[in-house]
Amino acid sequence: MLIKLSGGKVYDPANKVSGEVRDIYVEDGKIVAAKPNAKPDATYDLKGRIVMAGAIDPHTHIGGGKMTIARALLPEDHRGDPVTRTELTRAGSGRSVPSTHVTGYRYAEMGYTACFEPAMLPANARQAHMEMGDTPMVDKGAFAMLGSDDYFLRQLAAKADFEAIKDYVAWILHASQAIAIKVVNPGGISAFKFNQRKLDLDEEHVYYKVTPRQIILTLARAVQELGVTHPLHIHGCNLGVPGNIDTTLDTVRAAEGLRIHMTHTQFMSYGTEGDKKFSSGAARLAELVNKTPNVSIDVGQVLFGQTCTASGDSMRQYAIAKSAHPKKPVIMDIECDAGCGVVPMRYRDKSFVNAMQWVIGLETFLLFDDSWRIFLTTDHPNGAPFFFYPHLIRLLMDKSFRDDMLQKINPDAQAQSSLLKSLTREYTLDEIAILTRAGPAKSLGLQNLGHLGAGARADIAVYRDDSDREAMFSTPEYVFKNGEVVVKNGKVVKVVQGATHVVRPDYDKSIEKPLKGYFDRYLTVRMENFKLGDDEIVRGDKGSIVVQPIGSRAT
Amino acid sequence: MTKSIARQAKAGRATSELFENVTDPFDGTLNDDLVVERTEKELKVVKNGSARSVAGFERKLPESSPYVAGKDVSLDKAIAEAAKLIGKAALPLYGGLATDVEGMRAALALAERTGGIVDHAFSEAQYRNFKVLQTTGWITSTLTETRNRADLIIIAGSDVFKLHPRFYETIVSPPDSMFEVTAPKRTLVFIGKGLDRGVVKGSRIGDVITLACKPEQAGEVAGVLRARLRGFRLKPVKIDGITLAEIDVLADKCKQAKYGVVVWAPPSLDFSFAELAVAQFAGLAKDLNQTTRFAGLSLGGGEGAVTAAAVCTWISGYPLRVSYATGAPDYDPYRWSIDRMLKEGEGDLLVWIASISPDVAPPGTKAPSIVLGTPGLKLAKPPQVFIPVGTPGVDHAGRMIRVDNVVSLPLKDLGRAELPPAADVLAAIEAAL
Repeated sequence: MLIKLSGGKVYDPANKVSGEVRDIYVEDGKIVAAKPNAKPDATYDLKGRIVMAGAIDPHTHIGGGKMTIARALLPEDHRGDPVTRTELTRAGSGRSVPSTHVTGYRYAEMGYTACFEPAMLPANARQAHMEMGDTPMVDKGAFAMLGSDDYFLRQLAAKADFEAIKDYVAWILHASQAIAIKVVNPGGISAFKFNQRKLDLDEEHVYYKVTPRQIILTLARAVQELGVTHPLHIHGCNLGVPGNIDTTLDTVRAAEGLRIHMTHTQFMSYGTEGDKKFSSGAARLAELVNKTPNVSIDVGQVLFGQTCTASGDSMRQYAIAKSAHPKKPVIMDIECDAGCGVVPMRYRDKSFVNAMQWVIGLETFLLFDDSWRIFLTTDHPNGAPFFFYPHLIRLLMDKSFRDDMLQKINPDAQAQSSLLKSLTREYTLDEIAILTRAGPAKSLGLQNLGHLGAGARADIAVYRDDSDREAMFSTPEYVFKNGEVVVKNGKVVKVVQGATHVVRPDYDKSIEKPLKGYFDRYLTVRMENFKLGDDEIVRGDKGSIVVQPIGSRAT
Repeated sequence: MTKSIARQAKAGRATSELFENVTDPFDGTLNDDLVVERTEKELKVVKNGSARSVAGFERKLPESSPYVAGKDVSLDKAIAEAAKLIGKAALPLYGGLATDVEGMRAALALAERTGGIVDHAFSEAQYRNFKVLQTTGWITSTLTETRNRADLIIIAGSDVFKLHPRFYETIVSPPDSMFEVTAPKRTLVFIGKGLDRGVVKGSRIGDVITLACKPEQAGEVAGVLRARLRGFRLKPVKIDGITLAEIDVLADKCKQAKYGVVVWAPPSLDFSFAELAVAQFAGLAKDLNQTTRFAGLSLGGGEGAVTAAAVCTWISGYPLRVSYATGAPDYDPYRWSIDRMLKEGEGDLLVWIASISPDVAPPGTKAPSIVLGTPGLKLAKPPQVFIPVGTPGVDHAGRMIRVDNVVSLPLKDLGRAELPPAADVLAAIEAAL
């Protein structure tokens, strides 16, 4: 079956196509080279339409125990947004922590075709994948969290052979069916279990006597040497603490040239200037990262309204629990593996701190030079639920709209926003296509996704050109998944099950001997049962697995 | 249809087979270190069993056939009849829900399609927790964390041994724990007299303290303990013979603990307003975290209760007691309690799923009922339609979520009996509607 998408304005930065009017041909779910003489089985006249690859969210909390805790915690979040079953789609609930099926539908209805869960605890991997298995429409994948797990910390404290640590990191990627490794408050989740309440970059973990710097360096090097495409995904120390910009800059410098990804930097870019001792560190971060090519970031933009924060960072989530709204935080220590904190949050534009968070995120976007190293995220649902993305895109693309919004925020925050006011930059469609498609695909190593060249998977979003970019990105005219129309005029018309993307670096299988000893001696789950088999995803969740190619292992 | 979903006899299977790392679906803690042997005739728990798991795995299944109105029929016929009854029902109630993740997924799909209500047989117990979670939040731990880290374990008003015969052996007194800074001997405190403790001894158990109140007063004791920890002066209290001095001793131990864990089991807290007791246990952990580390650990969760609540939460947005009567999930933990609805004559069909132990019988009702049950399920009266189904982790493979809400485990097909999974039967009913 040959499909022709005719005459759209194509934004495909991976192939250096910028708004050119061209035809796209799709055959058997893939984009193929132009076939001007062939007679297509179906033609879509896309004159005047904007055509991009399907969008990819590289950091969105969509699956795993903490999301289901958040769902159970907040019936009031769902009550106002019931979703009725149709002949085609399942019932469920929307709002800030939507039910799984609704998450898939609503992502697709904004033109997204892939979503990555960034904080999968290996101990919770089975459930995370089951939840993603019940999230239709989009491809998915997950980052396994390491760095506060006792096995790793014991290895590091004992100065174990680095190759053995690499084997363990690789084993975790296999066992939990992950595509990348994330570290959250490096060592801090574990330290909190020992009643340590703060852990700075060079501060020692009270029990293991290792520092977050050592943990980051070890994991970043392990990930890089294993050949994994996405660099270590870092949620650093001191999240949310005024003055944490210094820690964040130190962390960037600490990488010593290793590739790293600093995530939701908005929450990590706080200064202590001004009357209220809370200020933006975005300019300092941008200045450093702009000249540090080994570092990429995503923003974690805050947008106003009720949401729920959910993080593996039990230490910092406990600390902010007093700001919970409604007042019902959940904190968990988990399986000598990690932790979690679920803290409902209402960001108010009239709150000085919340308004500054909004300003800091926008400044970060606007000051950052290299669109290939910055991704558009709200850290769903931590900064805002994902359905705010079209609004965020408008804020980036439309200076006058941004200024109007700025008028509405807390006056003291406005007074501290002269930088934001002075930034005249407006993102172009090319840049949006990089931030939401080409960039994440490249960073995650998703072969054949995020672009529209021959050989790419035919995941395509088609928008009506509308100067109101929020309206435009809210309601794609068509979304194609694997070459099929799955969304029409912003509504799901066909339900599909996306694939699960993983990486499988080489490792020495004999690592299972010490690991089995560790599991048998200390854990309450057998190593054999800890590992998540392909069959569970393929048969159990009616999904499929795509093993992404990676580099070869280096020493 | 029968052929496609009923398991085929396993021609040529080994007469005997040994299974290692077997997960125990009969206990909410899902111990997964069992060794089970299948011989020609039966299953035998060879290693790491308990009275509970042995009773579960080694139970002799009676012969069982699908039946309709008391007459044995083929599986096809039973499914067709079930679909007919469900199709006619204005408000079908999907109860029991003692099944695995796949079974729960299928039950939700069917409930959604038919505008039904979903609620688990043991929701009442789980709601002692959910009411607290949804009101105040909490701080909790998990089994592995408690096993390795706890130096003070408070068992609050709950018969833990009865529910989890291996809890003291694997969690309270494991041979090894990871951190030498954790006291080698744990202090074990029971709030409540006459609790089922099993054999409370082990190389890791140090002082054992009992505050001898009635188990249902454990919440009150925790409340006084919290007041003392906050420095309140109280008039001499007497809670069934417990003195303030005893509570003060415990307060000191709580403050000195490096990692205390307060354990409760909602199924044990079977009295009115037990959520107020849970609120005190959770509150105790919350208060103590201001200075030290302390966490709650809720147990129970048998018969797939935790699995049912989790799957229902991620698919509907709510932890059970959901009505799909309008097409969208409507949540009301009072109104959509199937137990209450049956008592008050609401709903016109009961669809009951009890695939794990034979004790999860449907409550009495005048409404017609369809039962998907393990053979031998103790039925007070025969339902309109009965369909024998397999037990996950025994008759077919599956997955369940453990009581601490983080870990989920794979369940093996031990090849006991040729019985279809509840998930397949439910899907077949949906297809036949």
